[in-house]
Amino acid sequence: MLPAAAILILFLAYPLGLGVWLSFTDARIGRSGIFVGLENYVWLWGDNVFWLSVFNTLLYTTVASTIKFAVGLYLALLLNENLPFKAILRAVVLIPFIVPTVLSAIAFWWIYDAQFSIVSWSLRHLGLIHENINFLGDVWNARWSVIFANIWRGVPFVAITLLAGLQTVSPSLYEAATIDGASAWQRFRYITYPLLTPIIAVVMTFSVLFTFTDFQLIWVLTRGGPVNATHLMATLSYQRAILSGYLGEGSAIATAMIPFLLAAILISWFGLQRRKWQQGENND
Amino acid sequence: MTDALAAKAADPRSVLTGSIADHSEGMSYLETLPRRLVTVYLPLSIIMLVLLFPFYWMLLTSIKPDDQLLEMDKVSPFWTTAPTLKHFYNLLFETNYPLWLWNTMFVAVSATIVSIIASVLAAYAIVRLRYRGAAWVGGAIFLAYLIPPSILFIPLSTVVFQYGLFDTPFALILTYPTILIPFSTWLLMGYFKTIPFELEECALIDGANRWQILTRIVLPLAVPGLISAFIFCFTLCWNEFIYALTFLSTTSHKTVPVAIVNEFVDGDIYRWGSLMAGAVAGSLPLVILYAFFVEHYVAAMTGAVKE
Repeated sequence: MLPAAAILILFLAYPLGLGVWLSFTDARIGRSGIFVGLENYVWLWGDNVFWLSVFNTLLYTTVASTIKFAVGLYLALLLNENLPFKAILRAVVLIPFIVPTVLSAIAFWWIYDAQFSIVSWSLRHLGLIHENINFLGDVWNARWSVIFANIWRGVPFVAITLLAGLQTVSPSLYEAATIDGASAWQRFRYITYPLLTPIIAVVMTFSVLFTFTDFQLIWVLTRGGPVNATHLMATLSYQRAILSGYLGEGSAIATAMIPFLLAAILISWFGLQRRKWQQGENND
Repeated sequence: MTDALAAKAADPRSVLTGSIADHSEGMSYLETLPRRLVTVYLPLSIIMLVLLFPFYWMLLTSIKPDDQLLEMDKVSPFWTTAPTLKHFYNLLFETNYPLWLWNTMFVAVSATIVSIIASVLAAYAIVRLRYRGAAWVGGAIFLAYLIPPSILFIPLSTVVFQYGLFDTPFALILTYPTILIPFSTWLLMGYFKTIPFELEECALIDGANRWQILTRIVLPLAVPGLISAFIFCFTLCWNEFIYALTFLSTTSHKTVPVAIVNEFVDGDIYRWGSLMAGAVAGSLPLVILYAFFVEHYVAAMTGAVKE
């Protein structure tokens, strides 16, 4: 117990508190700051780039998580079918999750290249477009591109965990429902969905949390550009704190993420509680 | 009448009737092959194609000669006529790549071992030793799991600096466990809970102390859990980026992900071949590991979520 507690307190709890403290100081790299109260936050309140990053983060999280959930659930249902080579298929699906994000992001970087993009090339040769798509140079293109890359990476996780949940649902329930005349949608709505809810809540909490605080993908693909259009709060805080050296301001941005995260955790937590209460389950 | 209904519900129906447990055939025999072709195989293959294409492209780019990389009109870009290992050769003998691989491996293995030891003790203490607040500690660990690195890296960088760890592998070996310990503790708690009390009581009667119980009885029984935790932690370490980016500055100390992003870009000229070769070589150890331990990966992922 002790070693774990020591490491966690020294490198997790203490930094967390320190981070909040730093956000109230004007610390720079190489010198500790003095207490300046809410100055950093007041400054951020009037900072357009910060609000842009908040907007980007919310857009990124909402769109990516929703699509990840939809596609992940669909893929889980598909993989739950009787398929030949089922085991291999499932193993292969997880590969995007295993490969380090940075390395797959580099592959996406090359796929999104302005001049030599394979996607542009294919569409051009199919006659659908006449000029190359500027994936990462245009504001909205860049946003959709990073969102797509994020979805690509997140779907396997959602799909495989939901699949594990699906496999605990007994087929006899579906057979009984079919005999009672339930349609496919009703079977999904009244059997699959309720039984899957607890797992959905947990998976989505994780998914939302990690999408919200994403850093690697954006940093590799765009570094926040073009004109800050893809800056998330995490990348902006890195840029301000480490590259420009304004530790205080960077920590203020990082601290500003905490309320959002708490909200996400609480929502899923209460979702879970309600479900347990409805089903009369023991909380274990 | 029933036919009409069935036709109306054709699409989601076959998807859902297939939602069955592994061992039984369920109701899927009710469906005809052509319908399954459209509702199952077609969407599945599209999704698989999208999921796997970037890897194919990565691999292909890494073995293409330079002139074919940028020449897309003469030869089809989807294939290469003259595969070459030049990029891998450059990578291994003209850059620090082997060193970076070694760094990554060293950091990942050390951090994983530290975290596993810490979390075995922590998990055992939480699950088996009775003291007040055990449940509370468990909850705190789960919360710690939810704190993302991107909030912590700024204060951690000042901490690392104060302890004089900046730009050393120890900075990473000591900070990675903050991500790993909560996860593996949570996972191991699940495993320990499944080990029956009676075994430990027997051991106690036979005169074993707590430490002997842990090493002789609990750990051997929890081996699958340990493997899962180990592999998953290793993957997470290998994957980690933001700490490594922040805490390391010397080129020769960097880990693979950071080094690839920062060292392979000369001004505006991207060496795509080497870049992709680096990405392939960096992913390969994990993919090989994964291939051997698929079940453990899935167990780790779903175990951590289900608890």
